[in-house]
Amino acid sequence: MRFMFRPVLLLLALVCSSAQAQLSIEITGGGANQIPIGVLRFAGEQVLAQNISDIVEADLQRSGRFRMLFAGSVDPLPTEVAQVNFGDWKNRNADAVVIGSVVRLADGRFEARFRLLDVPKQVQIGGVAFTLSAQQVRATAHRIADVVYEKLTGDRGVFSTRIAYVVKQGNRYELQIADADGVGAQTALASREPIISPTWSPDGTRLAYVSFENKKPVVYVHSLLSGQRQVVANFKGSNSAPAWSADGRQLAVVLSKDGGSQIYLIGADGSNPRRITNSGSIDTEPFFTPDAQSIYFTSDRGGSPQIYRMSASGGEAERVTFDGSYNVSPRVSSDGKTLVYIARDGGRFELKSLDLASRQGQTLTDGQHDESPSFAPNGKMILYATQINNRGSLAAVSSDGRVKQRLSVQAADVREPAWGPFFNN
Amino acid sequence: MKTLLAFVAAALLAGCASTPELESKAGVEDRTPTTAVPAQPGVTAVTPIAPKADQLPNALKDPKNILSKRSIFYDYDKYDVKDEYKPLLQAHAHYLAQNRSAKMLIQGNADERGSREYNIALGQKRAEGVRKMLQLMGAQESQIEAVSLGEEKPRCTENTEACYSQNRRSDMLYGGEY
Repeated sequence: MRFMFRPVLLLLALVCSSAQAQLSIEITGGGANQIPIGVLRFAGEQVLAQNISDIVEADLQRSGRFRMLFAGSVDPLPTEVAQVNFGDWKNRNADAVVIGSVVRLADGRFEARFRLLDVPKQVQIGGVAFTLSAQQVRATAHRIADVVYEKLTGDRGVFSTRIAYVVKQGNRYELQIADADGVGAQTALASREPIISPTWSPDGTRLAYVSFENKKPVVYVHSLLSGQRQVVANFKGSNSAPAWSADGRQLAVVLSKDGGSQIYLIGADGSNPRRITNSGSIDTEPFFTPDAQSIYFTSDRGGSPQIYRMSASGGEAERVTFDGSYNVSPRVSSDGKTLVYIARDGGRFELKSLDLASRQGQTLTDGQHDESPSFAPNGKMILYATQINNRGSLAAVSSDGRVKQRLSVQAADVREPAWGPFFNN
Repeated sequence: MKTLLAFVAAALLAGCASTPELESKAGVEDRTPTTAVPAQPGVTAVTPIAPKADQLPNALKDPKNILSKRSIFYDYDKYDVKDEYKPLLQAHAHYLAQNRSAKMLIQGNADERGSREYNIALGQKRAEGVRKMLQLMGAQESQIEAVSLGEEKPRCTENTEACYSQNRRSDMLYGGEY
């Protein structure tokens, strides 16, 4: 059997091409109104090192928005609309079917094409032909999954995006970057001192983060294209909590150079720091709204850490959270409608969401030590850090709290996740 | 940077060449898959410079001297220096006042509960509290830097209050020790 769909607990042992940390993903829970879909093997795909259909199926499954129907062995495999046995799929209540084919081209590359078919209407509703090298099998499969996801859910797929996170093994810290499914991890930075708060530039080419290699927190911007990194903030005192503005030209950072942790704007090259909070209290964890007009942040100005919002140029702040005595780490979805944050409830630290228009709140997780949330660029999943058996691990939850995933690395502590942006091409 | 981007763009375009014949036969759009970020240039490794602690004056190292004590501990979510540590700060302030060339780094720490960034701010508040007190007692501002390690460098790593209380701490380091 090529895939198991029914169990609530599904372990995808994903093969990792790189020698680095192998993130394995475990899915718990399922979404509401899952779309029943069958993904058939692509005719001729055995010429590739990995089956594209397997990766597409795993992507769709992991999103929690689809109910995968076992495709079984169909012979011959259909590659055109007319060859599909729609009656059979209709009997199985399938909404959609994916078929495809792979051929080797004369120049050594491959052509993979797929068709997404509407079963009730018996028509093609999507299809793309890709020309790919042997190294682009996974990228191609993720692109196909993105197309299927968008056609059927109306939301943009995030299977082609990447995530960054920090792995701690003994006294070694590595800033790693992997595909959104945890495969293909590469190390961007290795250090003997902690690395925290990685955050992607809006164009996905740079990461800002905090490194302790100088015995204190210093903010860097690291180019993923060149491997070059630049000190952005290394003032007297602590420098931390970088957040990108929407245009990628400046960062909000937290500096203590003038006493206390306060929020400043600074050029992405470290130029022209200017203070935008003036509270005498702790002001930290700035996060720009997608429209770049406002900044959410954490402050203890009211006696306990709570989330506030102010104009992106500073000024009066408005308190946003009121329940509980510890609400921190604000992040806003890309549509600007939802705030997620970490709340202390008794001794537990849980991920909560707040609909900013209706003020309706929801607790999304039930962990003991959940922290560092990061929205997927389509706003449908939130990646966060948690602890399992006293070890750091990554987890993701859908924005409605129904779908849960755990991403773990054998024998290492994983923390500080950051979901990268869409890559436009 | 620009050159690299241009190179990447060129590489992506090169992969785009498609056969029109295939396209018409397929009745589908033609695209080339790309990953979100091109392959990385490799690992950037960081090696911190080791301090030379052997040059420290004996007064700071002698276990019988109060100056060898360097840590101040706090209650949960608190950053005020408890009275029991005032004689210790008095001794260090006096040493700094007598040795104007001596430099001190105060590292504030927090226990692991809660947000890493908020814990940086909490550790900073603790370290600055110590700095202000040392200045009031005679040390110069230029001699001291107050920084935070947040929850990143715990002395103790178990999930117990006994352990957490070890980690809510400010450490005073002299030039040569950091």
